[in-house]
Amino acid sequence: MQNAVPLSWYLILSAILFGLGVAGFIYRRNIITVFMSIELMLNAVNLSFIAFSYTLRQIDGHIFSFFVMVVAAAEAAVGLAIILTVFKNRDTLMIDDISSMKY
Amino acid sequence: MNLWLIPILPFAGFLINGLFGRRMAKPLISLFAVGSVALSFAWTVTVLLRLNPLETKYVEHYFTWIQSGSLSINVDFAVDRLTAVMLMVVTGVGFLIHVYSVGYMSDDPGYYRFFAYLNLFMFFMLVLVLAQNFLLLFVGWEGVGLCSYLLIGFFLLEQFATNAGNKAFIVNRIGDFGFSLAIFLIYRQFGSLDFTRVFDAAKGLPNEASAGILTAICLLLLVGATGKSAQIPLYVWLPDAMAGPTPVSALIHAATMVTAGVYMTARSAALFTHAPIAMDTVAVIGLATAFFAATIGLAQTDIKKVFAYSTVSQLGYMFLGVGVGAFSAGIFHLMTHAFFKALLFLGAGAVIHGLHGEQDLRQMGGLYKHMRITAITLLCASLAISGFPFTSGFFSKDAILVAAYEHAPWMYWIGVLTAGMTAFYVFRAWFLAFTGEYRGHAHPHESPLVMTGPLMLLALLSLGGGFINVPHWLEPMFAEKGENQMLAWLSAAVGLIGIASAYVFYVAKPGLADSFARSVGGLYRLVYNKYFVDEVYNAAIVQPVVKGSRTVLWKGVDAGLIDGTVNGVGIRSRGIGGVLRLLQSGNIRSYAAWVVLGAVIVLLAIGLAGGTR
Repeated sequence: MQNAVPLSWYLILSAILFGLGVAGFIYRRNIITVFMSIELMLNAVNLSFIAFSYTLRQIDGHIFSFFVMVVAAAEAAVGLAIILTVFKNRDTLMIDDISSMKY
Repeated sequence: MNLWLIPILPFAGFLINGLFGRRMAKPLISLFAVGSVALSFAWTVTVLLRLNPLETKYVEHYFTWIQSGSLSINVDFAVDRLTAVMLMVVTGVGFLIHVYSVGYMSDDPGYYRFFAYLNLFMFFMLVLVLAQNFLLLFVGWEGVGLCSYLLIGFFLLEQFATNAGNKAFIVNRIGDFGFSLAIFLIYRQFGSLDFTRVFDAAKGLPNEASAGILTAICLLLLVGATGKSAQIPLYVWLPDAMAGPTPVSALIHAATMVTAGVYMTARSAALFTHAPIAMDTVAVIGLATAFFAATIGLAQTDIKKVFAYSTVSQLGYMFLGVGVGAFSAGIFHLMTHAFFKALLFLGAGAVIHGLHGEQDLRQMGGLYKHMRITAITLLCASLAISGFPFTSGFFSKDAILVAAYEHAPWMYWIGVLTAGMTAFYVFRAWFLAFTGEYRGHAHPHESPLVMTGPLMLLALLSLGGGFINVPHWLEPMFAEKGENQMLAWLSAAVGLIGIASAYVFYVAKPGLADSFARSVGGLYRLVYNKYFVDEVYNAAIVQPVVKGSRTVLWKGVDAGLIDGTVNGVGIRSRGIGGVLRLLQSGNIRSYAAWVVLGAVIVLLAIGLAGGTR
C-alpha cells in the first residue's frame, strides 16, 4: 500500500496519549478527572495493540483490546460506585481532602 | 560423730528467728537463739571429749562441692587440736555473749533480727573454723564479713551506723581480694586447695631465702588477714564498727571474727615457715600495728573506741607471735584475749546500758558505788590485759614477747613499751569511769543478772585462763618456744608501771592529764585525731574513686555510651520509621506517584535484563 501511515506514528501517538494519561493521573485533584486519565491510559494502550495487530497481520491484538475494553468498563463501574460513596461521606471530590489520617 | 551439727544448730536458729521471729514472743526468740548456741557448745564439748586425746586429725567428708576438670573441692569438716581451741572459744564465748544480749537488747524493736544475724554469724564462723580446704574457709570468711556488715549497721536508721557497716565490708573486700589471689596461686602451685594435700606438699619444699612463689602466696594471705584482723593498713574499719551494738563489738570485733586472720595464718603455718620473708613481714606489721594502735588508744574519750584500738593493738601482738614462729603463743593469746576483751566490751556495754546510752568517759566517774559487779569484773579484765602477774594475759603476752626476743631483741623492747601503754590506757579508762565523782546527768544503775552473769564467768576465765596450758597442748602441731623468766617479769613490771602512771594521772593528780595534753599540744591533737589516717584515705583513695566513678563510669560510660547506644538504636528506628511512614500518608497523589514510579522501575528492570524473551 502506498502512502500508508507508518507504524511509528501510531506508536508515538500512543505514547503521547499514555504520557498525558499518566500526567493527569498524578497531577489532577478531582477524582473524576483522575479516572478519566486512567481511561485515557487504557485507550492509548488499545491503540498501540491495534496498530501492531494491523502491521503484523495477526488477530491477537484485536482480541486483546477487547479484553482491555471489558476490564476498563468493569473498572469504571466499580470506580464510579466508590466515588459516589466517597462523595456521600466526605462531601468533596478533591482527593487531597478526603484523607482522615493525622499527618 | 556428726561435726556438721556444730554449725548447723546456730543456722537453724537463724532460720527460725529470721523467718518467724517477727511474730514470736521475746522469750521464744531468746530460747531458739541462745538455745541453739548452747546446744552447739554442748555438742562441741561432747565431740572433744569423745575425740580425746586428739593425736591425729579427725576428718569427716560430706560431699563434693565442685568438680570441674582437675579441680575438685569437697565439703569436709575436720577437728585437730588447733580447731579444738578455736571451737571452744567461739562456741563458749559466743554462748556467754548470746546470754548477755538477752538483757542488753531487750528494749530493741529489732530483737529477733539481732539474734537471727548473731546466729548466722556463729554458723559462718564455725564453718570457717571447721573447714578443711581454703575455699570452704573463704566461704566462712566472707560470711562473717557479711554478718559483720549486717550487725554493725544494725541500727539501720542511723546514717553513721550504715556508713560504718559499708566501710567495714568494703575494707574487708580489699583484703579478700588478696586472699582470693592467694587461693589462685595455691591452686596453681599445688594443684589442690585441700589443707592436707597443700601442707604435705609444702613440707617437702625448701625454705625460700628470696622472694618466690611461696612468699607471694603468704604475702597475699597476709593481705587477707590484715583486712579481716584489722592490721595496718586495713584496720580503719574496726574503730568505726563500734557503731554497732556492744555485744556485736564483743563477739565479732573482739573474740571471734577478727581472730580469723590469726587462725588462718596459724593454720597455714606449713606455708609460712617456708617463706621467712613473709613471716618477717607478718611480725613487723603486727608489731607496728600494736604500737601504733596503742598510742591512739591513749587519747580516746569514747570508752568503746579505747577498747577498739586496744583490740587492734592486741591483734598486732597475735600477729607478732605468729610472725616470729610462736604459733602456739599467738593462738594462746587469741584465747585469753577473747576472754578479757569480750569482758571489757560487755562490761563497757553494762556501763553504757546503766547510763542509758552515755559512752563518753568524760561524762562518767564514780560509778563504782553504783555498779559494783561491773566494776570488779572490768578490773579483772583490765588486770589481765595489762599482764598483771598470773592473770591469763600475763602468760600469753609473755609467751609472745619471749619468742619475739629470741627472734630480734628490738621487737621485744617495742612490745614491752606497747604493753606499758596498754596497761596505761586500759586503767585510764577504768579510773575515769569508776573512780572520782560522777560527772554526768543520768541515774546509773547495775545491770540485771542475765548481763552480770556472763561478766562474772568471763572474769574468772580472764584471771584463771592462763593456767590452761594451750601452748603445751598444741605441742604436736607447733613447736613450743623456750621460757625466760627474767624477760617475763620485766614485762610484767612495765605493765605495773603503766597502771601506776594511770593512777597518778587520773586519780592522784586529776589535772595532770589535761595540762600534759596541753603541753604537747600538736602531738596530742595528732594522736586524738587518729593520726588523720581516715582523712588521708578519704582524700587519696575514696574521693578519687568516687569522683572517677561518677564522672567517667557513670556519666561517661553508663549514661553516655551504654544508654546512648541503646537509646540510639531506638531513636534510629524511630527515624527510619518516620521516613517509611510517608509511604502511607493518606495522600492519594503520592500513592499515585509511587505506582507510576514502581511501574517505571519494573519496566526498566525488564528492559535491562534483556526483555521478556
